[in-house]
Amino acid sequence: MVRKIKAPKDLSKLKETLLAKRNVVKSRVVVCGGTGCLAYGSKKVFELFKEEIDRHNLFAEVELKNSGCHGFCENGVVVLLFPQEICYLRVRVEDVAEIVSSTLIKKEIITRLLFQDLNSGERIAKEAEIPFYKHQSQLVFGSNRFIDPKEINDYIAIGGYEALAKVLEEMTPQEVIEEVKKANVRGRGGGGFPAGIKWETTRQAPGEIKYAVVNCDEGDPGAYMDRSIMEGNPHRVLEGLIINAYAIGASEGFIYIRQEYPLATENTLHAISQAQEYGLLGKNILGSSFHFSVTVHRGAGAFVSGESSALMAAIEGRVGQPRPKYTRTAVSGIWGRPSNLNNVETLANIPLVINRGADWYSSIGTENSKGTKIFSLVGNVNNTGLVEVPMGTTIREIVYDIGGGIPGGKEFKAVQIGGPSGGCIPQQFLDMPIDFDEFSKVGAMMGSGGMIVMDEETCMVDVARYFLDFLAEESCGKCVPCREGIKQLLAILQRISRGEGNEGDLSVLEELADVISDASLCALGQTAANPVLTAIKYFREEYLAHILEKRCPTKVCQGLITYFIDPEKCRGCGACLKNCPSEAIDGDRRQIHVILQDKCIKCGICADVCPEKFHAVRKLSGEPVPAVPLNREICRGEN
Amino acid sequence: MKTLHMIIDGKEIQAEEGATLLQVARKEGISIPTLCEHHELSPYGACRLCSVEIVKGGRTKVVASCVYPAEEGLVVNTATPRIQKIRVIILELLLASSPKGEVEKLAAEYGADSGKFAKELTFCILCGLCVRYCQEVKGEGALGFIGRGVERQVVYYPHLAKESCLKCDQKCVSLCPTCILPNIFGLAIPAFDKTYPTVYPVRLLDENNLFNLSNTIK
Amino acid sequence: MATANFASVKNGGMDTFGKITEICLKYGGEESYLIQILLEIQNEFNWLPKEAMLRLQDELHVPLPRLYEIATFYKVFSLIPRGRNLIKVCTGTACHVRKAPVLINRVIQLLRIKPGETTDDLRFSLETVGCLGCCALGPVLLINSEYHSNPTTSQLEKLFSECL
Repeated sequence: MVRKIKAPKDLSKLKETLLAKRNVVKSRVVVCGGTGCLAYGSKKVFELFKEEIDRHNLFAEVELKNSGCHGFCENGVVVLLFPQEICYLRVRVEDVAEIVSSTLIKKEIITRLLFQDLNSGERIAKEAEIPFYKHQSQLVFGSNRFIDPKEINDYIAIGGYEALAKVLEEMTPQEVIEEVKKANVRGRGGGGFPAGIKWETTRQAPGEIKYAVVNCDEGDPGAYMDRSIMEGNPHRVLEGLIINAYAIGASEGFIYIRQEYPLATENTLHAISQAQEYGLLGKNILGSSFHFSVTVHRGAGAFVSGESSALMAAIEGRVGQPRPKYTRTAVSGIWGRPSNLNNVETLANIPLVINRGADWYSSIGTENSKGTKIFSLVGNVNNTGLVEVPMGTTIREIVYDIGGGIPGGKEFKAVQIGGPSGGCIPQQFLDMPIDFDEFSKVGAMMGSGGMIVMDEETCMVDVARYFLDFLAEESCGKCVPCREGIKQLLAILQRISRGEGNEGDLSVLEELADVISDASLCALGQTAANPVLTAIKYFREEYLAHILEKRCPTKVCQGLITYFIDPEKCRGCGACLKNCPSEAIDGDRRQIHVILQDKCIKCGICADVCPEKFHAVRKLSGEPVPAVPLNREICRGEN
Repeated sequence: MKTLHMIIDGKEIQAEEGATLLQVARKEGISIPTLCEHHELSPYGACRLCSVEIVKGGRTKVVASCVYPAEEGLVVNTATPRIQKIRVIILELLLASSPKGEVEKLAAEYGADSGKFAKELTFCILCGLCVRYCQEVKGEGALGFIGRGVERQVVYYPHLAKESCLKCDQKCVSLCPTCILPNIFGLAIPAFDKTYPTVYPVRLLDENNLFNLSNTIK
Repeated sequence: MATANFASVKNGGMDTFGKITEICLKYGGEESYLIQILLEIQNEFNWLPKEAMLRLQDELHVPLPRLYEIATFYKVFSLIPRGRNLIKVCTGTACHVRKAPVLINRVIQLLRIKPGETTDDLRFSLETVGCLGCCALGPVLLINSEYHSNPTTSQLEKLFSECL
């Protein structure tokens, strides 16, 4: 069946038909099929729901949907029940039959599957009242829960492609650019460059052929917002891209998706073929004179590919190495032609700007940062997942109100923002608002939106070393300051974390960091020193403890710790002995086990496998290992 | 060709549109050190020794003069303390791997400390002059890069070299700023075996061993 | 995942070459799809055999050094045979602060190989990944295409035993 939509009015007709059909259904079950929930078995849960609904002959009144990510990933599988808006968390296959018979049929709520507030113990049924969601405003991400990403009709039913219709019917390309400029949409991929200005540059650049490109090479470790948008609502990004193409005058586009995101690739390819079928891509889109087609390119595992010139080199089939960008890619990009590159989240914002207008859009946020930002709130925080908040929200609100604070009653230490280009923001800046410029002021950067919370047990020397390790491998290796500079920064930090640092190291680190920032070829190198610099700036005393006292205060740095079995706690169970990879544990049944320090490789397996009820393996740093008791016999009855 | 007006190191000068800052400076007799630049090859911008400061819109910025194009009204400073420091540190970084030839010479000129950073000798600064000469000028593929980041290396494809190197002027050898090229293949390949299993297909392709070939080059 | 008809690769068998030609044709023999083509070849054989690279050089008229530059630049490509089961441990920041190093050590301890290595029986290959993009579940491990959130040593034992 050819379903081509030939004019904007046909799109609204289709929407009405779809909505009319939907009204017949009494209730709807939405099973989250995002990557997090998939890991918890959401596919099986979905299948089982289908069986149960069939078994109870409910298929006429219950609509079952497999949606993209809702954001509350660690509590997967997330199941939503409409119209009551009940949110069940951590649903497993065992729970499905009961949900159908109790909640769907008898309208009874299953308490154990509801969110439980850690402090009050209170259970919350309604999704919108769960603190994690209550403090968010999911303007971009929220529609995921109403959409099966493989079903274009779902997107159309909630007003999808209306912005495109409006643009094609009522606006000139220049008007679109003006609207985006007026809304002051800034690039969500990291740099925060105003999207409208970039679009205008490409539009005005000389050349017949131009390209519209989507950057879904989300390489920042600890960030997965773009993945969830692309997987959960690919049509929204596609709509943003088509509008972008119209505005800049491109008839060809590319979507570059990182190799690690197979589901995003699958859903995007599916969305493209559906959009073609509907006449939303291809020749004469919605009956207009505008043509646009798009190709998907998969990445092959390179962080630096997220850099615009490197990404474009990869699309040309070359090594993804950045080139000096004294001529912007907006003017000379793929095959030397003007190419506009936008991040996934940026483009997902565009339909919103067009539909509701720049005035509405720019009423959200701070003076120079408009709209919302999606963060991947992860690490040592109670409620991990994706959160979307208006710009201007404070870090404290995100970590405590939405994230529910630090687990295990531990202290907050820092939040790492902006990935390997960003920095660690300490306690004293918790009340800083989310804002492109505020972040830069403290030496971090907005980045793509990774927000990794670190508790008191995180070592800041280790974190800096971690990022340098990452960058040493991910640098393309072309320019000297980045390649050799990072290598030497890393070598110094490795020495410090082994307890071989000396007093002069900090100044060498700072001096070298300055040169790397100044002289590197691309943004990867220019920002590579940020994690080290912020760590030294805000956690200097921790560095000094490593250097002067040869002590890792948080007992993380392997070279500065020793493992020790507490004779008072060891019950001689043998778990450590059995699992030690270096035969560094001595002991027998009913005998206190002892670590042979000269054989220990400090892998931490013993601490890992020691049963929680004993908790006998301890880490020491900067103190001598206590002597082994003479009598290692464990009294009977205590075991 | 349009004539542009610029100020370099306080001196008002005229430059041709399309020239790089490095070309402009050299024409004015200002010396800027380089290690990856060569007039027969396209600008590469990798060693960053040619970094200079530009003042644009009231803001100062460091750019690589070998790739930055001349612009009307641009103010360029080629030897500020910031630039000198960048050059010294870059040379100190290079000394850690390649204390030979041009690197050694420049290091002495700039007073770079050869003991500042941890040493790991490779005698290759990955300037790419040899690879680029081979590929760009000669259109051959006897040399190439592999790997990325700190593991990036120059490799030699003996079985391809058998055909191409013998008919070539072998100028790649004299371009090497660490003067190590005749030996680098020999140094590099055994190391690959451990860290780079990736190269074994290349080795398997050729029965000639590398030393033999580099001897022929000499 | 296909585990490479290793023998035929070694002999440069017709089916191997046929497959590569087929993949190149699918992309119109266009050089710009080089990375996509390499991804598909790797998907087919589980690694990039030398013979495949030589064939590709002829099919796409791309010099061998450029093929190897690309194949060694991007992390997913392997120029040596990999195990039938690919274990990837995420080392992303979120996983790191939630003790991914301990998870890696658990895996190393069980499989007796280090990241980047393959077991002698070609049953497992172990790799680390900068970020798997599954951060809320950290520390995360990927067995072929299934994600697992912080499996314990005994859970890992079971999961690995299910990998043939």
